[in-house]
Amino acid sequence: MRRPSAPRRQPPQTGRLLLLAALTLVVLPQLTHMPLWLAAGCMAVLAWRLLRDVKGWSLPGGLLRLAITILGTVAILSHYHTLIGRDAGSALLTVMLCLKLLELRILRDAMVALFLGYFLVVTGFLFSQSIFMGLYLFAVVLALTTALIALNHPGASTARIRSYARTAGGLLLQSLPLMVLLFVLFPRIPGPLWSLPDQGSSARTGLSEEMTLGTITDLVESEEVAFRVQFDGAVPDADLLYWRGPVLWHTDGRRWSPLGNRVVDRLKSGQVSYQGVEPTVAYTLTMEPHDRKWLFALDLPARVPSLPGGAWMRPDYQLVAENKVTDVQRYRLESYTRYNTGPLPDALRHLALHLPGDNSNPATRQLARQWHNAGLTPQAIIRHALDYFRDNAFYYSRRPPPLPGRDPVDRFLFDTRRGFCEHYAASFVTLMRAAGLPSRVVTGYQGGEVNPLGNYLIVRQSDAHAWAEVWLTGQGWVRIDPTAVIPAERVETPLDLVRFSSTAAFGLDPNRTTWLARNWQRLKNGWDAVNYGWNQWVLGFNEARQAALLERLGLARFGWAALAGLLVVSLIGAVLLLALYLIRHKPPAPDPVARLYQHFCRKLARQGIARMPSEGPLTFANRASGLRPDLAGAIGSITRLYIGLRYGGRNPAGYHRLKQHVSQFRP
Amino acid sequence: MQHPSTWFTESRAFWRRLLRRDRAEAGPIRLNRHRVYILPTRHGFILALVLLAMLLGAINYNNSLAYALTFLLTGLAVNGIIHTFRNLHDLGFSSGHNQPVFAGEEALFALSIDNRDGGERLALELKQTGGATTLLDLAANSQHWVNLHVPTSRRGYLPLPRITVATRFPLGLFRAWGYLHLDTACLVYPRPTDRRGLPSELLSAGEGSGDKGHGSDDFASLRPYHPGDSLRHIHWPAYAREQGLQTKQFGGDRSEELWLHWEMCGRQAIEERLSTLCRWVLEADGGGYRYGLVLPNERIEPGRGSDHRHRCLKALALFGETR
Repeated sequence: MRRPSAPRRQPPQTGRLLLLAALTLVVLPQLTHMPLWLAAGCMAVLAWRLLRDVKGWSLPGGLLRLAITILGTVAILSHYHTLIGRDAGSALLTVMLCLKLLELRILRDAMVALFLGYFLVVTGFLFSQSIFMGLYLFAVVLALTTALIALNHPGASTARIRSYARTAGGLLLQSLPLMVLLFVLFPRIPGPLWSLPDQGSSARTGLSEEMTLGTITDLVESEEVAFRVQFDGAVPDADLLYWRGPVLWHTDGRRWSPLGNRVVDRLKSGQVSYQGVEPTVAYTLTMEPHDRKWLFALDLPARVPSLPGGAWMRPDYQLVAENKVTDVQRYRLESYTRYNTGPLPDALRHLALHLPGDNSNPATRQLARQWHNAGLTPQAIIRHALDYFRDNAFYYSRRPPPLPGRDPVDRFLFDTRRGFCEHYAASFVTLMRAAGLPSRVVTGYQGGEVNPLGNYLIVRQSDAHAWAEVWLTGQGWVRIDPTAVIPAERVETPLDLVRFSSTAAFGLDPNRTTWLARNWQRLKNGWDAVNYGWNQWVLGFNEARQAALLERLGLARFGWAALAGLLVVSLIGAVLLLALYLIRHKPPAPDPVARLYQHFCRKLARQGIARMPSEGPLTFANRASGLRPDLAGAIGSITRLYIGLRYGGRNPAGYHRLKQHVSQFRP
Repeated sequence: MQHPSTWFTESRAFWRRLLRRDRAEAGPIRLNRHRVYILPTRHGFILALVLLAMLLGAINYNNSLAYALTFLLTGLAVNGIIHTFRNLHDLGFSSGHNQPVFAGEEALFALSIDNRDGGERLALELKQTGGATTLLDLAANSQHWVNLHVPTSRRGYLPLPRITVATRFPLGLFRAWGYLHLDTACLVYPRPTDRRGLPSELLSAGEGSGDKGHGSDDFASLRPYHPGDSLRHIHWPAYAREQGLQTKQFGGDRSEELWLHWEMCGRQAIEERLSTLCRWVLEADGGGYRYGLVLPNERIEPGRGSDHRHRCLKALALFGETR
């Protein structure tokens, strides 16, 4: 039990092994964000360290270590062109942590490596904040804390690992109340403290800025959530659920792109006006990060939402945030489902009529010119175009044939006739412009699925959609969705049918689905509700929510001071309560037999017969029997049973007899 | 029931304890909350820096889970204060009987630590002022004896130096410690001088008196046990036959009396005289003589056995000491 201590404290072997295991868990998710060669290098260093501890390999000397460190830094610098920021910074930390493991001579080395491990867990959260990642990384924190405890026990042994883990778990659990208090009450500061490096390299699923025929196909396959919406009132009808995203004006016949920044800047002031018809639809939208600046809103947003970094509305009514949406964003919004956008400025009219000057898609232009020359009203032209899609054999298909050549719209309208929303929207707008009607393509999402658990609308990437807007005198911009006119029998996948008809979760129609499918759907809904709660309460907790909370507590007018005061007072209270609890409630004996014996001793102690620490069970029994001869029999049998169980090995029957005796023992 | 004390008397008691903590106390000492001090370690400060960096990262990236982890670890560190404190709190310490040693040898202080908790106390450090550190783990509900080694240099009573009992367990971020100044001492005999053997004039004085045997290790006879006889000389087989305690007498046990006299040491300084006398006591005891000791202030009648030896050596150890 006693060991002499060295002048500089050494990390115990068990602690070192636990530290290595925990740090491997820390590093693993980081490796997936690093270039392959760097990840391989880190793994090699980890393996080297492990072989040192298991097989007794020797570690590199100081000079070689220095060389490897410089090499690693230079490698990171040459790959990322920086050493700071999320990607380069976490790569640098990972490499440094691995190299630190080559040098774990004294306890401080091990402790520093362990603290670096904690820090690396935080950088892991910068890459993903999903529930799974959260659970994994908090499990890693448990492993790190277990290693921390083992490192600080000079007599550590592998037999104790479970008890260290239990202690670590207990410590972390007891820290949870403090964490929650700090999380809720620590003043949240808006905006970054220093500018974030560009994270454009990490692509995420979502709408793209431009539409080239064939690009939305990938999205249609993705079940990922784009955003979730909680309506204040009832969910609007499915044919109103158009979530506005980028508006596309310019085209070269195949590619469609939004207004250039110059045009937008020129139009920014005073041009974004329209008249909405009450009532508005109010809702709260929780958006998944997509690394773009767009914000989605139900057509048409009544105002700009308040975001930490600010937001504004483009002249085509698209909402844009000042900063890229790299975290879950939550905002409240109101929208008019009926509106009149009024007159069209000449500059925009010109853009809304523009077709490429190279005379591409001649057949399409010819068709539209026929309608125009026939002297039809704009409304009649629109009806003609929609009838054209309905009456000819147009199919809605997720896997349309490619449209090569310089006249893709012609190919689609007169030849292949298979496509989905973007094909219909693009060719419809081409037809309108050729017929002299100002029009544009709007991309975004359409519909969504109501989750009965939590009663909110889930909009997925597969709900991505493109439709058209035509400007009509007296009405302003009017939404026309040419895809919606395709009759049901010409939709190739039944899933797509549901999209346009209802917001009911697909599969909840009991007539059409099996028991398995229904329960699968329920499971999916449940999981999504959990994710929604996670986004809403954990990831989306920002200074706005904090302010709302203060308001509900009636402390809003005191502002920061109230928050700080509340934080300090409640923290002190929580720490005192915890201290009082821990010091009053001594841990119970780890062994159930010993626990029973302690209970017996406590019963005797209440009668004034307390066991001295130096007294063995037999001595104590003799003394106690001498003091209380009436209890001698019971004391004797309990002591005999206890000694038998304690030193005689496992015996469940004996344990139960002891339990019975102790509980019946009434001094 | 504790007397309800006001803040004033509490704080006065605190200062008294703080200022008088060097005064030895009679055991047992229980480490109550007034006796346990706690401060962060160097590792604790390093973690504080790391936590600050984490907080800046969380603010900059406005990352909820980074906030959560930073706050969880902050909570963990704060909780570490309580747990480190609890690892020492309510431990009881008392001193045991210490065997006398000769100056120059290491004194062994027996210290009892008792843990009346249901939980283990791991990684406790005991360190006496100027001495080495002892690490130990205590099981639940147990008492443990520790021997503290203290080097000795001079004769007399050596008080147990102040002991610091400390722990950094479980997280190593904080160090809790308490001071123990137990009122116990170890008797240190004078260091016996290197010159072996008894002076010839002393031996010649009693020459010719009867020798019961031939060799010094030859077993001669049994006699009834007297207190003070060496345990090694007890005839255990006789004890087992229930004949009572019998002491073996050896041929070396002589019948003549030796007087070890202060004046016989010649012109020596006091400490040297004591060393010489100490050596003579050991020689006389080893030779099986009955011997008496004459010091300027004390006279010990001739006797024999370990009790007698202790009396003589103690008289030498404490010669001139006021205690």
